Amino acid sequence: MPAKIIQTNPKPFERVEVEPITLDLIENALRNARTEMDAVLFRTAMSPGIREQHDAFPMIANSAGKMVVGQFGSFIWGFTEGYDGDIEEGDIFLTNDPYSCNGAVSHLNDWLTMKPIFRDGRLVAWGAMFGHLTDVGGRVPGSLPTDAHMIYEEGIQIPPVKIYRRGEVNQEVLNLCLRNTRTEEWNRSDFNAIVAALRLAERRVHEICDRFGDDMFYSAMEDMLDRNYQAMKAIIHMVIPESQNKFYFEDYIDDDGIGMGPYKVACSLWREGDVAIFDFEGTDPQSVSSVNFLLNEEMFKMFLGAFTINLFDPQILFNDGFYPLVEVRIPKGTILKPVRPAALSCRTHMLGRIFDIMGGLLGQGAPDALNAAGFSDSPHFMYSGYNKDGEWYQLYQIGFGGIPGRPVGDGPDGHSLWPAFMNVPNEFLEAYFPLRIVTYETIPDSGGAGLHRGGNGVSLGYQFLEPGEISIHDDRWLTYPWGVNGGQPGGRSTKLMVRKDGSKEHLPSKCDKVKVEPGDTLYFNTWGGGGWGDPLKRDAWKVAQDAKRGLVSREGAFRYGVVLRDDLTVDEGETKRLRERMAGERGEIGMFDRGGTVEELKARCKAETHLDPPSAPVFQKWMRRDAAVAAE
Amino acid sequence: MTTSDDPVRRYEARIAELEARLRRMEQFVGSGQMPEGVEAVASRPARRSGQGYRLGIDVGGTFTDLMLIDERSGKTYVAKVSSTPKDSSIGVLNGIEKICREAGVDPAEINHVMHGTTVATNTVLTGSGALVGLVTTRGYRQVLQIARSYVPGGLGGWVIYNKTDPLAPLELTVEAHERIGADGTVVEPLDERRMREDLKALKEGGIEALTVSLFNSYANGAHERKIRDIAADVLPGVPVSISSEVMPEMYEYERTETTVVNSYIRPVVSNYVENLQAELDRRMSGVHLQILRSDGGLSSSQAAKSAPVNLLMSGPAGGVSGAIWIAKQSGYENLLTFDMGGTSTDVALIESGVAQKRRETRVADVTVRAPSIDVRTVGAGGGSIAYVPELTKALRVGPQSAGADPGPAAYMRGGEEPTVTDANIVLGYLPGAARLGGDMAMDDSLAAKAVQKVADALGLPLKRAAEGIYNIVNENMFGALRLVSVEQGYDPRNFALIAFGGAGPLHANALARLMGSWPVIVPPGPGVLCASGDATTKLRDEASRTLVVRFEATSNGEIAAALDELAGQAAQSLEREGLGRGDQTVEYEIDLRYSGQGTALSVTMSPEEFRQEGLEGVGRRFDALHEQMFTFNLDQPHELVNLRAVVQGRETMVSAREMESGTGDPARAVTAETTVYVDGQDRQAKIYARDRLMAGDRVPGPAIVTEMDATTLILPDHYAEVDRVGSLLIRPVN
Repeated sequence: MPAKIIQTNPKPFERVEVEPITLDLIENALRNARTEMDAVLFRTAMSPGIREQHDAFPMIANSAGKMVVGQFGSFIWGFTEGYDGDIEEGDIFLTNDPYSCNGAVSHLNDWLTMKPIFRDGRLVAWGAMFGHLTDVGGRVPGSLPTDAHMIYEEGIQIPPVKIYRRGEVNQEVLNLCLRNTRTEEWNRSDFNAIVAALRLAERRVHEICDRFGDDMFYSAMEDMLDRNYQAMKAIIHMVIPESQNKFYFEDYIDDDGIGMGPYKVACSLWREGDVAIFDFEGTDPQSVSSVNFLLNEEMFKMFLGAFTINLFDPQILFNDGFYPLVEVRIPKGTILKPVRPAALSCRTHMLGRIFDIMGGLLGQGAPDALNAAGFSDSPHFMYSGYNKDGEWYQLYQIGFGGIPGRPVGDGPDGHSLWPAFMNVPNEFLEAYFPLRIVTYETIPDSGGAGLHRGGNGVSLGYQFLEPGEISIHDDRWLTYPWGVNGGQPGGRSTKLMVRKDGSKEHLPSKCDKVKVEPGDTLYFNTWGGGGWGDPLKRDAWKVAQDAKRGLVSREGAFRYGVVLRDDLTVDEGETKRLRERMAGERGEIGMFDRGGTVEELKARCKAETHLDPPSAPVFQKWMRRDAAVAAE
Repeated sequence: MTTSDDPVRRYEARIAELEARLRRMEQFVGSGQMPEGVEAVASRPARRSGQGYRLGIDVGGTFTDLMLIDERSGKTYVAKVSSTPKDSSIGVLNGIEKICREAGVDPAEINHVMHGTTVATNTVLTGSGALVGLVTTRGYRQVLQIARSYVPGGLGGWVIYNKTDPLAPLELTVEAHERIGADGTVVEPLDERRMREDLKALKEGGIEALTVSLFNSYANGAHERKIRDIAADVLPGVPVSISSEVMPEMYEYERTETTVVNSYIRPVVSNYVENLQAELDRRMSGVHLQILRSDGGLSSSQAAKSAPVNLLMSGPAGGVSGAIWIAKQSGYENLLTFDMGGTSTDVALIESGVAQKRRETRVADVTVRAPSIDVRTVGAGGGSIAYVPELTKALRVGPQSAGADPGPAAYMRGGEEPTVTDANIVLGYLPGAARLGGDMAMDDSLAAKAVQKVADALGLPLKRAAEGIYNIVNENMFGALRLVSVEQGYDPRNFALIAFGGAGPLHANALARLMGSWPVIVPPGPGVLCASGDATTKLRDEASRTLVVRFEATSNGEIAAALDELAGQAAQSLEREGLGRGDQTVEYEIDLRYSGQGTALSVTMSPEEFRQEGLEGVGRRFDALHEQMFTFNLDQPHELVNLRAVVQGRETMVSAREMESGTGDPARAVTAETTVYVDGQDRQAKIYARDRLMAGDRVPGPAIVTEMDATTLILPDHYAEVDRVGSLLIRPVN
């Protein structure tokens, strides 16, 4: 049963004509409000994930719950559909349960808060925010068990709850939630910070209404949604040509943390009239492990909007207005639409990979929009234990890697694909955790060769100073970040443990509860971005410059057909000869270079990665798609 | 398609604009209307009684402004000459000759010269700094390459983001074999022999300045100092900046970037300061040259040369300091400053006569950890271009700017895009009759033609579209002013808005209407404002260190001793400037946070207060501040982050010149009548000449007040009162 909204004033808002200038003024005011929400949150949150890495996202939606400003699209509608209760002035709702909000948040660490904003007894807007909390309980510190089979192992599940009722905090429920986490104080502080940001959104909405009038504000938000609809209509026509043929693309996550993989995501794209259709038919069934990603259809639309709008007019304030122009079909029971109680905590890899899928699909219709595969992930590192003073320490950190080569230029080295994310300063890590960071640099040659080079991945060397346990969550250790238009794939990720006695272990990409002792060093190596365009056409002096900078090795320069002398200057004659020879020997340049088929990669796996290839996924019967459909 | 090169282009445009304005000024000078040539003045031994004259100098892109203060009487003199960007000391000396002649003062009687300069900023903006070599700790060579891994723009912003190369090229970065722990202990001693070899390689690379920034050096700078000693030997004459001295604070990227910027601008700034000092010495022996710092304090010329990173906002700081001073004469100490120029606008907040500070300074893409007045810059000004994207039909203004070339359409230099200035012309806010001040010729019809493009795209009448542009720009400014006020817990209605810069007084009345900040203060002569800021500001220095420790793990005695030591360090530099301890005041700034929290807040206490209240008092002040800014407190232990001692000289009480009183009726100043378009309708307005207004005059809106380098718009239902120091105070009638 959908939620009941209690409005003491029954008079509906009136849609009035908004002059274009007024519309732009209100749009700017809302944009400013969102910036302020971020500022308040980042200054007051306590966990490094939110505070330093900015893993939190604000939104302001209209009374119907459609996002007007924000990043990831609205989840209000999914929530109100699923919430059986009243919504009143002064309420704030909290949930972290993906299955209760149709994947608006996609694992239990993301706490989503929503605040209805009332004016004179009428619901006029929503403020909302979600952020990644360091720990929400469950089996392992950080609450992201790689080998969980059910969501119960991943921490406390909070179905939508009124955490503030008419302005009064429900302290007992809040205490209950916090009590079930390993980082109670951080979470309390993060929660307070999120609420402070929501209150700020409320104040801003009131100010805008005071200035322009309630009906004007209401109508302006409707107009902003309409405006976005029109803009995206044009964009969709530009990037997705109507054709008899459907575009098709597939990509993978490499394994599920329990030895099986890769898992395939398949998607077809075509346009019917104004409507773009993304059909995930052919995607693998859900995993028995925790790598499932409950993909919210509307969030996928938002990814599409963000991806394409940046190419045309980055100043456009994108919002939910264009949603009717996109149809997303995700078969139930697949790894993108798992059935409860499937585990979800390690969805980050599949979430990232969605961007590669989207790029690979859109690039076929709009070559100008074709980027190579990039750092489509946010790998995690976790380290916890008791220090010598008997205090519990727990680190959760996100890794960074290579942005792909793109039409606009080289991919930056060691950067983020996600908005607002920043790395944690290593001096901060050493000051607060029993760690010595022995190296923090990018990995030469890990960026795919291309006319525009892919960015390099990062090698971060953690030397442990206290006994403890670590967890690693990464991917792309088997399949390559592909290159495009002649660009080569980027380097894959590796995890190398050098024990105190000098012995080496190649750790799997996903693992938990690995014991470490003082003096052990983990090299957490992320992957590079794929290359864009023909590497033989890259200016040789640029290759030489990269070599002098330590970003490309002398051997790596051969991938560009560039021969460098001992002093790393270009040997023009040799380079010309080599480039001619390479151009003659290679065949037709394809659109995508994946570095081999999955079968080939598996066959070479042990030799190249020191790890056994994953076995083909086995799906439990009850998780099979036909069973899920039958169960409905 | 927009690219991330836009900020660069914007700043290039800004420089081009400055240069073009200068060329215009040179023609102006050539026409003989400006100051004549400089006569040589014989210098004679200076009196160092401490009771003489002090001189403030502001070098702008167009004008060099000066203010001379008689320390005995508090009497002031002002002068304006054209700037000479190739070697700005020439303009400065011209100005000194002029002001001394007009005031009848012997230059030798000037004891102190205080100078706000944009030389540091321009070095960054034009990329004309030194070739910097960098030494990092092994494993951290790419600290600037990776930076903080941040990609600007929202979701999908990476698709169009191109990162700029570090200011210290990676190929000129070497690693020291050494390691310091987070607690300051030496984990691995420095391999000095190897370092020597690597520095030789940098010498081969032709570096002009060297930065040493080692990991954890905020906790122990011994290895950095050792490398500096080696460099003195291997690289004689190459200035070395070490991070543990430039910015001894945690966070390796920020500390390295800050120190590299210091190295980058150091040779240029040193040269400039040395030349100026030499020229001054020739005329006024023993004169003390002091440079305005980004945080509004003064630094000795020696400190300016070794730590120029503290001067990046020297120019804007002069404006803010001047605004504080002039507003105080009008009786206002809570201010929002609004400095709107051709391509960008600076805003800042002042509470009780003290500007808000921040611990970082931004210039273009460069962010450094150096204290500065919290000036926020919006990339919008008079030259910002308005456009309507096909996709959304939204009206956008900036960040693209017409710069100086071609400039606004009305400037008749081939510009066709409508700018904010063009909109102001269409609206009648810059009437031809108001442009008598010798500014360049304009063609109003070209402005109308350009703005018509926006009007057509929006389907609106011309003037309505122009007003839209005007309002959108104001909304952007409003956003920036919110960041310095509301976001920091201040209600803008408790602040007056002080407007300067070429375009500030045109937009201030409308902006104040949005914010409820009254009165609007338009001080006389925006350039002189900066010079007066330079002249009236106090000598200041600070010393700081990072000390991350929870309250329970330290003691009042330990912290008091640390603060006292810092105060001693800072006091020494003022003593070297001839300011005895008895004339100094000391303040402690203590950065702290709840343990585990990210951003620290800064609490200010006097040494007496700290002696009496100790850490408990620090915690109490912090809780109150946290409550004000964030609306809640935490039940977490307090943790110190940084300690700082700020030492200042005493304030010089200087009054602005008082203006003659009139009858209250400004009719004598009316020069013409015109039509202005406000709130959707045409209104008849009078044009007043500012130099004919007198104290006590009340100018009813709508009205336009013109002067040589600024135009003030007074809206209908508002009035401006001329106060005794000549400032216009605009308020609503009701």
